[in-house]
Amino acid sequence: MSDRPLFEYTLGLADDALVSAQRMGWWISRAPELEEDVALANIGLDQLGQARTLLSYAGELEGAGRSEDDLAYLRDDRELRNVKLVERPMTDFGVAMARLLVFATYQLHLYRALAACDDATLSAIAAKAVKEVAYHVDHASHWVLRLGDGTDESHTRMQAALDAEWPYLDELFAPVDESLAGRVPDPAALRDAVLTDVRRVVTEATLEVPEVSPALGGGREGLHTEHLGYLLAEMQHLHRSHPGATW
Amino acid sequence: MSTRDWPLWEVFIRARRGLSHVHAGSLHAPDAEMALRNARDLYTRRGEGVSIWVVRASDIEASTPDERDPFFDPAADKIYRHPTFYEVPEGVEHL
Repeated sequence: MSDRPLFEYTLGLADDALVSAQRMGWWISRAPELEEDVALANIGLDQLGQARTLLSYAGELEGAGRSEDDLAYLRDDRELRNVKLVERPMTDFGVAMARLLVFATYQLHLYRALAACDDATLSAIAAKAVKEVAYHVDHASHWVLRLGDGTDESHTRMQAALDAEWPYLDELFAPVDESLAGRVPDPAALRDAVLTDVRRVVTEATLEVPEVSPALGGGREGLHTEHLGYLLAEMQHLHRSHPGATW
Repeated sequence: MSTRDWPLWEVFIRARRGLSHVHAGSLHAPDAEMALRNARDLYTRRGEGVSIWVVRASDIEASTPDERDPFFDPAADKIYRHPTFYEVPEGVEHL
């Protein structure tokens, strides 16, 4: 039995986590300290775990026999459903923390709401992930506070990072398919809670809440920035070159 | 951000209720809050603990190898400090 809208929705959440995990993995061996290296790797692995269960479930919903690996490794960028927030390069530590703060706070409120939805599988996946993302919020918050309220240099760079991520916030709250009304949380209803939490950290960090126009959305329809293609090339290369490889 | 700016912290983990905190290792962190979080990531990944203490390594006063003799040797010949003069009743396993 195929449930196309729920499949697309689940795929969206899965791809958010998958792409974010891949970006987080970039930091392994590059974080400012070994301790932070491990922390970011842990966070990336949490996200990857969420992506895996969500992709497996998406495969079931689609009913076409696609596994989590098929969905992760054998789709091109136009078939990915992640928001643009998570796909852009993240090679500045301030950007990494600004994005994690926004993304994890969004995931926290989303998963909390999803844990109460009628779909037993989504509810269970979300309930398990809530504690993980609560820690991601905590980690990002502590860094944003320290960098925002740190030196002049760290303050300037943290503000620049926030300004760069802010336009991509809107897409997180784009409406879902009408047929899903009442079955999954309404993204628009999460907006206030997410923004209130993020703003609180930003203000406490002596940073300004950016006033910028939203970027073009479209990630959920498969319209992505050029960066996603490069990310997928690296992520999918091994599986595409050696299908079914295990070690 | 260089290691020079990040002090060393000693980490103590309590494995479960009723046990005392045991030294688990050390790490670098910019301050106590981050040290606690780093300790969580480094030392409790496999459910090793229910409580963590972090202590700035420079705040620990340690005995030195030079002091070893006056510190510890006098205890060696005081056998009356050891409970070796009691007979263990039969059937007592966990003494």
